[in-house]
Amino acid sequence: MLNLDAASDRLLEEVADLHKVPVGAFNIRANGKAVARNTTANIDIVQKEDGSGIDIKIAPGTKNESVHIPVVLTASGIKETVYNDFYIGEGADVVIVAGCGIDNCGPKDSEHDGIHRFYVGEGAKVKYVEKHYGSGEGTGKRILNPGTEVYMEADSYMEMEMVQIKGVDDTVRDTKAELKAGAKLIVRERLMTHGSQRAISNYRVDLNGEGCTCDVVSRSVARDDSYQKFDAILTGNAPCSGHTECDAIIMDNGKILAVPGLEANDVDAALVHEAAIGKIAGEQLIKLMTLGLTEQEAEEQIINGFLK
Amino acid sequence: MLELQHVSFEVNDEGNGKEILRDISLTIPDGALTVITGPNGGGKSTLAKLIAGIITPTSGKILFDGEDITTMSITDRAKKGIGFAFQQPVRFKGIQVFDLIKLATGEKLSSVDACKYLSAVGLCARDYINREVNASLSGGELKRIEIATVLAKASKLSVFDEPEAGIDLWSFQNLIEVFEDMRRTISDSSILIISHQERILNIADEIIVLKEGQLQYCGPKEEVLPKLNGTDSSIPGCGKGMLKKGEDQKC
Repeated sequence: MLNLDAASDRLLEEVADLHKVPVGAFNIRANGKAVARNTTANIDIVQKEDGSGIDIKIAPGTKNESVHIPVVLTASGIKETVYNDFYIGEGADVVIVAGCGIDNCGPKDSEHDGIHRFYVGEGAKVKYVEKHYGSGEGTGKRILNPGTEVYMEADSYMEMEMVQIKGVDDTVRDTKAELKAGAKLIVRERLMTHGSQRAISNYRVDLNGEGCTCDVVSRSVARDDSYQKFDAILTGNAPCSGHTECDAIIMDNGKILAVPGLEANDVDAALVHEAAIGKIAGEQLIKLMTLGLTEQEAEEQIINGFLK
Repeated sequence: MLELQHVSFEVNDEGNGKEILRDISLTIPDGALTVITGPNGGGKSTLAKLIAGIITPTSGKILFDGEDITTMSITDRAKKGIGFAFQQPVRFKGIQVFDLIKLATGEKLSSVDACKYLSAVGLCARDYINREVNASLSGGELKRIEIATVLAKASKLSVFDEPEAGIDLWSFQNLIEVFEDMRRTISDSSILIISHQERILNIADEIIVLKEGQLQYCGPKEEVLPKLNGTDSSIPGCGKGMLKKGEDQKC
């Protein structure tokens, strides 16, 4: 497709479902360099002057277009921080697919810290999908530290799907959002850690405008000796509604810490936090075993369903 | 054919052994619909769990088609042909009705075939096939889906633990029809239903009555049913689900 190596092609498929050159605007980054880029009449992608990343400019009113900006690392020992800024024009309706895959077969750590800032214009609608994936047998760690900032103008809508199912050794995800009147932010996070992995997920959402809403739901599984922390703070500064939820399964010696944080600074702010952590319910295993599955097969089915 | 030989089950109740089932010996024949009934707390559900392998007897033996399955795992019993419908169905986040039915059949299944099982339990298949088996479903809906999974598994012995519990009055007739259909096509397999409902007792070939952990009666419906009337194991005449549409409740 893009004359990359086989490992890169496989990673692109994992993180961005790309089997071929994508339709629409895209910027594909491999081992620290942009290897392919395409812009459309409505979506421009330009290199930042200081070379620290790219600006993605989506014209007001752009409808049914998509932007793919996947990143792959296949060389061991790369450490990079990239700043990508998205300017989404008023009334636009677009899908943005990011995601990072690291294949580390060497002894050195590979790390990609992608900082994404979204400026979502009035009435604009964005669906953002971000997948993280790691592979490779090397002793070097695969590290991803995504930072996401979302600035939502009045009546804008953003849906974020963030997935990290396999192979990332260490991740600290920081997500911050500020919402103006009538804006709506939906976050769906799915996370699985295994081995001795560590994943920290921090959310800070400021609900600043009247009638804005936010719903952050994290479903996660911690296996083996892995550790996860889910720390979500909602601040209601206006009549608004907000909900966060951490729904987690622990297995083996997995550990999970959920830290609920709600701050209401307006009498009409309605904020809710839910958190549930526990092992797979015994009766769920028994039900699937009465259908003929072994305990291990039943566990896999339950986890796959939970993270679907 | 399932055979229980001198099966007892004890639990530890604050340091003292409490007997839930005492020396039960009985046979669930092939080609028949058997109903286990009796007062609450008599050990019916415990017996069903012993058959499915969820619990193991303190003493005694369970034989399935002549093979001793007393210590066999739930999975192996399921593979040998024992199906079990829970009294309180389990919820799963993320697993869809279709997934569960597919797992039950143990093979690749088209959604059209899966829908067949949902229709059989009176659910509009199109509305349910892609639903998650989670808390968004009502108790009655879950119960029907539970029964559908056991239908889909097509076991040699299908055990239903109080299938009527949680099913509304108007759907109860459908449920009876599901069991009558199963009974018609039973051939060499068998159905075991734990129930308090007279209408389910009426479609039984064999009836077993358990009371205070012991076998009280066991035999063909024609013999056992008359014995139940007038005893404290009998089913009150105004039991739920027995009223016809428009009929007044007189008690």
